[in-house]
Amino acid sequence: MNILVQTKKRISRFLSAFFRKKRARIGIYGPPNAGKTTLANRIAKDWTGEDVGLVSEIPHETRRAARKADISIMGSNGSNITIDIVDTPGVTTKIDYRDFLEYGMDKETAVTRAREATEGVAEAMHWLREDIDGVIYMLDATEDPFMQVNIMMIGIIESRKLPVIIVANKIDLPDAMPQRIRSAFPQHPVVPVSCTEGKNIEDLYEKMVEYFG
Amino acid sequence: MMQGVQIDLISSEKLEKLTSMEKIHLILDHVRQGTIIILEKGLSPDEQSTLIEMTMREILPDGFNGIEIETYPSREQSPGFLQKLLGKATPESRLTVIGPANQLRLIRKEKDILSAWVSTR
Repeated sequence: MNILVQTKKRISRFLSAFFRKKRARIGIYGPPNAGKTTLANRIAKDWTGEDVGLVSEIPHETRRAARKADISIMGSNGSNITIDIVDTPGVTTKIDYRDFLEYGMDKETAVTRAREATEGVAEAMHWLREDIDGVIYMLDATEDPFMQVNIMMIGIIESRKLPVIIVANKIDLPDAMPQRIRSAFPQHPVVPVSCTEGKNIEDLYEKMVEYFG
Repeated sequence: MMQGVQIDLISSEKLEKLTSMEKIHLILDHVRQGTIIILEKGLSPDEQSTLIEMTMREILPDGFNGIEIETYPSREQSPGFLQKLLGKATPESRLTVIGPANQLRLIRKEKDILSAWVSTR
């Protein structure tokens, strides 16, 4: 009897491993200081009770991609998805250590931060080419969405045929203009949110279940 | 000696003869020396992705600190017979300006006009 039960378990494990649907890796991309880590932390906190990374006003606080695995998100209709969230360093085409000196850093710390930031951006691009199944593209709704880096990144994501949701963050600020982001990228869903206040975050979860499920 | 900025206009014929890596090396080799590059035909999304990655690897303190890149929004090419058959339309890459981040600044960008400001080093 024992042998029969053990064999059944082995077959079940084998079949489930063989037929298991691959868990989608969702990358949070966007320019520096758009609120990527704040969103990653909110998603992880809301659904697992844990944080992903540190948040700071100084650009390039996230300098290495951080993955939080096995996050199950449930939509209002009862359908759910299980994903890995990958918080990535802010993408840019230029990094100058002197920009960090303005935040009171000494030269050595600023140079180290800049070097780590360049490695982080290169790593983020590599993840996008190799290891990402869907993208949340994060924009600061108070900034100009037509920046070349955004146009390039959306083009790169589209060329890889990855599903993408654009998040217009910081709608709690008076200068926020999420409609400008909608007009810049009319081909993609845009969800206005405030990650710090949690405003409209449920709308984002609904869209994630719909797009990444 | 005359002071100024070198601007290289690279034709689409020249670009078509190069592999993706050759294009990226050509761009970065020139831009690191302070040259502004104008590509008659822009880079593909994959090439843009590699260009960002390789630019990051070339940045040095008190030296090269990255690139400024500007292009017109891409437009859909009118599909040929095969593309019509397959239902695919490829976005057309357009004229692109690339320069050192500390020398090239975009002033204004509209649908049909890119206005940039270039400084000497």
